[in-house]
Amino acid sequence: MRAEDAFPVRGVARPALPRRSLRLWSVRHARGLAAFYRGFERGLRAAAPLLRRIGYARLERPVAGVERVVKQALFDCRMCGQCVLSATGLSCPMNCPKGLRNGPCGGVRDNGTCEVHPQMPCVWVKAFEGAERMGAVARLGEAQAPIDHRKTGRSSWLQAAQADAAP
Amino acid sequence: MLHPDDVGPTPWAPLRPLPGHVSRGRLERVLRRGEFAVTAEINPPDSADPDEIEQRVKPFEGWVDAINATDGSGAHCHMSSVAVSALLIRLGYSPVTQISCRDHNRIAIQGNVLGAAALGVANILCLTGDGVQAGDHPEAKPVFDLDSIALLETIRVMRDERRFLSGRKITAPPQVFVGAAENPFAPPYAFRPIRLGKKIAAGAQFIQTQYCYDLPMMARFMARVCDLGLHERCFILAGCGPLASAKAAKWIRANVPGVHIPDTVITRLEGAKDQRAEGKRICVEIIQQLRQMPGIAGVHLMAYKQEESIAEIVHQSGVLAGRTPWRRDLVATTHTVETQGAA
Ligand code: SF4
Repeated sequence: MRAEDAFPVRGVARPALPRRSLRLWSVRHARGLAAFYRGFERGLRAAAPLLRRIGYARLERPVAGVERVVKQALFDCRMCGQCVLSATGLSCPMNCPKGLRNGPCGGVRDNGTCEVHPQMPCVWVKAFEGAERMGAVARLGEAQAPIDHRKTGRSSWLQAAQADAAP
Repeated sequence: MLHPDDVGPTPWAPLRPLPGHVSRGRLERVLRRGEFAVTAEINPPDSADPDEIEQRVKPFEGWVDAINATDGSGAHCHMSSVAVSALLIRLGYSPVTQISCRDHNRIAIQGNVLGAAALGVANILCLTGDGVQAGDHPEAKPVFDLDSIALLETIRVMRDERRFLSGRKITAPPQVFVGAAENPFAPPYAFRPIRLGKKIAAGAQFIQTQYCYDLPMMARFMARVCDLGLHERCFILAGCGPLASAKAAKWIRANVPGVHIPDTVITRLEGAKDQRAEGKRICVEIIQQLRQMPGIAGVHLMAYKQEESIAEIVHQSGVLAGRTPWRRDLVATTHTVETQGAA
């Protein structure tokens, strides 16, 4: 048997991804960033009564806009609208080409890069490093529900504030 | 002789329900009895001819407890896993239907689970699936609406709570033994046992691992699994397969996602006069050592394009310990069991 016949030949190579250094920086500084982020969320919750007075519907667009800019810069956020960064070592799982939110697939390469994009570190290898820095490895064991595609593009911040304010 | 619990009115009918069992198939029974199980994988044909299934599966008969029907493995197009499973059942075999998240969304997947169970499928393996870039249609839309853990949870809810993800009721739930895959040989290594625990919590009752060529690494993984007590909550079947040559091994290592082959194995193949025979010998030795490893409940053989060597490998490994899995010529119906018992 020819070696090439043993398994199907892989598809065409993809173009190299631009280096997303800030996302990797964020994971490297997961500990400090996570503490800052927690404080920020506390602030949001404290502001919930005020936000409610203004009206969540009116806030949605401007807040989502700010959230998109900030989180895109820091985490390459894809605005899935159901943020799980605190449970994934601040490595955004939506950057996984398979969109996996519960841990790494079986295809991670020996050097820790992604099966689909060999130039990109696997987001779950990064997630584990980030979680270790945050002391939050146990949170990686939490099961994440399948994504609700209706929430794509909406603000997770407002939803966090809203969920907490609900009786 | 087959175990009486594994014999139904016909080879293709569901078996008599047993207390503590979720399915009416043979694989769950073999594992729950504590027997060392052997499963194997067939690659579905690129054809609409059902006879090809019968030909491909022949070398396995009497040597394996269940046969995995892959679901577009390597992101290549083949006959669907549910259809292959149904054809296998017609012949009397016990299939494990693989479901990958790459090609279907949650609506299609849940429909397939009901359809498969209605056709007699007793075992389902939940997979994330290889990326489309690995296959013959790299331009296809990767779906990945669910991941393997959400898929496990979905099937568990359908079976045990008799409802769809949406909450809508299911009148007759799918009686399926649910499994998942794991790759102990891919980074992040410390994450792997955690992920296995997640899969078990989500509903995995058996696990089939990626190819094992690195026993020390497997032993480290299993030690952690046993520490966490995970081996008591599911049956772990280690993946094995013969390598055809050193060249093939190097190619697989470089090109097939998730397969880890240590240099020692390659050197050993290179040094052999007959590399193909050496590949089989290595496979037999690995199976025998896995048999001794705490927490391992069986092996899962993937002998792509070497299917004819399955019998030889299983026989030489001796892991069946004299047991014969289902075979057409063995007594195969309750009727024959009863008449033989009376004689
Ligand atoms: S290797 Fe990592 S990032 Fe790539 S598809 Fe798998 S889990 Fe996602």
